[in-house]
Amino acid sequence: MWLDALTLQLGYNATLVALGAMFLGIAAGVTGTFLFLRKRALVSDAISHATLPGIGLAFMVMVAFGGDGRSLVGLLFGSALSAGFGLLCIGWLTQRTRLAEDAAIGAVLSVFFGFGVVLLTVIQTMSAGRQAGLEGFLLGSTAGMLWNDAMIILIGGALTMAAVVAFRRPMSLVAFDPEFAASSGMNVGRIDLMIMGLAMAVTVVGLKIVGLILIVAMLIIPPVTARFWTDRTDHLVILSGAFGGLAAYVGAAFSAAAPDLPTGPIIVLVSFAFFVVSMLAAPGRGVLVALLRHRRFQRRVHMRQGLLALAQGQPIYEGYTMRLLARAGLVQRDGVPTEEGKARAAKALRDEKRWQLVRADQALEGAAALYDGLRALETVLTPDQIAEIDRRMGGLAGVEA
Amino acid sequence: MGAEFVPLSLPPLLIGVFAAIACALPGNFLLLRRQALIGDAISHVVLPGIVAAFLITGVVATGPMMLGAAVAAVLAVGLIEAIRRLGRIEPGAAMGLVFTAMFAGGVLLLEQSDTSSVHLDVEHALYGNLESLIWLDGEGWHSLLEWSAVREMPEELWRILGALLGVSGFVWLLWRPLKISTFDAGFAQSVGVPTTFVGLALVVVSAVAAVAAFDAVGSIIVIAMFICPPAAARLMTNRLEVQIAWSAVFATLSAVLGYVLAGYGPLWIGAGHAVSAAGMIATVSGVILALAACFGPCRTRSGAPAV
Repeated sequence: MWLDALTLQLGYNATLVALGAMFLGIAAGVTGTFLFLRKRALVSDAISHATLPGIGLAFMVMVAFGGDGRSLVGLLFGSALSAGFGLLCIGWLTQRTRLAEDAAIGAVLSVFFGFGVVLLTVIQTMSAGRQAGLEGFLLGSTAGMLWNDAMIILIGGALTMAAVVAFRRPMSLVAFDPEFAASSGMNVGRIDLMIMGLAMAVTVVGLKIVGLILIVAMLIIPPVTARFWTDRTDHLVILSGAFGGLAAYVGAAFSAAAPDLPTGPIIVLVSFAFFVVSMLAAPGRGVLVALLRHRRFQRRVHMRQGLLALAQGQPIYEGYTMRLLARAGLVQRDGVPTEEGKARAAKALRDEKRWQLVRADQALEGAAALYDGLRALETVLTPDQIAEIDRRMGGLAGVEA
Repeated sequence: MGAEFVPLSLPPLLIGVFAAIACALPGNFLLLRRQALIGDAISHVVLPGIVAAFLITGVVATGPMMLGAAVAAVLAVGLIEAIRRLGRIEPGAAMGLVFTAMFAGGVLLLEQSDTSSVHLDVEHALYGNLESLIWLDGEGWHSLLEWSAVREMPEELWRILGALLGVSGFVWLLWRPLKISTFDAGFAQSVGVPTTFVGLALVVVSAVAAVAAFDAVGSIIVIAMFICPPAAARLMTNRLEVQIAWSAVFATLSAVLGYVLAGYGPLWIGAGHAVSAAGMIATVSGVILALAACFGPCRTRSGAPAV
């Protein structure tokens, strides 16, 4: 069953929805990257909650004009209008009043959503007497989706993705360095607006699949996930789109296979699973790698300090240092250094003495700046320079390399 | 004011007012500390906590569910902090990541478990059931003086009253540290205020207020009351004491007006049914904020020209 779902064997509509979700996921991942880099990830939360009154109003208007009220295009159009109005409110509140952006986001989010709920209860009691099914927009539902709706989502997802791909260059420039973008003649405000507009498009198209409460996850989680794997903007955009597309495809396919699995939560949880794996295992920024790096650094510091203590005949009280030295066969169990330990200790002490001279010499300032108590001098200076330093040290050295 | 006002409308009205003030009080500090969206995050993660508590205990009992919600809220705050530090992710993105994932988990648990027999669903969590909190023993205003009747008030009323008293006590006890660390964290640290502890305590108290309010009125009011009344109050004054007073006034006003409009408004214009009280309270708080943003005496940033 699962395999059938993943390989698109579950019928025509399920296939369309899975493909549409994938396009949407890619568009969301890429758009979300720009929001994330602009540090405005949570604006998308306000956008998505602000769609609810638009859905309600669109339904009422369509019914008032004698229509069915459930036409997906009409509902999505209404949701886009109210989301756009919500965005305007956020911009106005942050620019014209002293409120910070997070307060503006929270205010717009809660008030628009509250008003939307009021409209939903009005619709529930409208004399029309038919089930509007607008609750499906809260958490998304693809079960029993009509061919028309699936087509709209497919086309909407593809169009959004195309727009993102077309405008990726100016957007990444603004996201990465707004000052430079402004100085090279770009209209930063307009491009910011474009990013917001694309986020809005993603939200509106995704309403039916993921639902308005969770669509924000598709804009936030993939870029954060991708950020663990790369430091380059262009790679970030591609990776984020890939993570988003994959999570949405897998989520939509699973949900089509089992009717009681809601699409939105599955997509979000698949996406979150990618995030957890990335946070733990990614090279460079991953937690496990950082932990290993820290342990290795700790070991080197303890080793170095232990050797210096040995060379100067000082007692070592630190248990971890002793264990390290003993494991390397440099001290015996009673703390007396072995022959190899003595040699290594003397070398460490000579290195330290050489470093002292290097750091005192203004001519070697560049090398001295690299001193961190661990670095071997051979990696910083040429053999000739080291020989020169040893000559200055005179009889002090006295130890073979 | 008919005879049915006391049994049918008084308890929800009181619960709404208490919940609004309990959320608005810590909201003032969260707003000033640029943590306004904590309320949003907490009210989302309450759902998985409640569902998990139900699945573990197997009963719809308030005690375990509130405990589960509180545990989920604290867990979410811890996770956000961990992701922010370990992954070096900006706080907004870390927050959005954690609360959406936990909410998705809650919805999935809810859909997968056999909860159809009990009154537990996503819509209920969002909208609350303010209208259903009625007081059958209240036969009129005189019932308020009879202990045997007062004792039968909906238990949500007592819980939210307790939460309100707790939150007020917290703000009153920690007034100076809270104020100093909110406005100047560096100075607070230099005079020995444990700023990290104060910040954490504020978040925990907010979570408690949110969970208690959530139980009675649903998450829309919680988010709205954490942000809208304090934000409107911020535009009215430059003094923290006055701001808190304004926020309490705005919260009360939103709750009362919202409840009355939702219950009686449709009747006035000839429609037959009441609309969602929770949604209407949030809407009214938004209208108040909009008015404050247009006419509030301190609406602009200092130094910025008044428009």
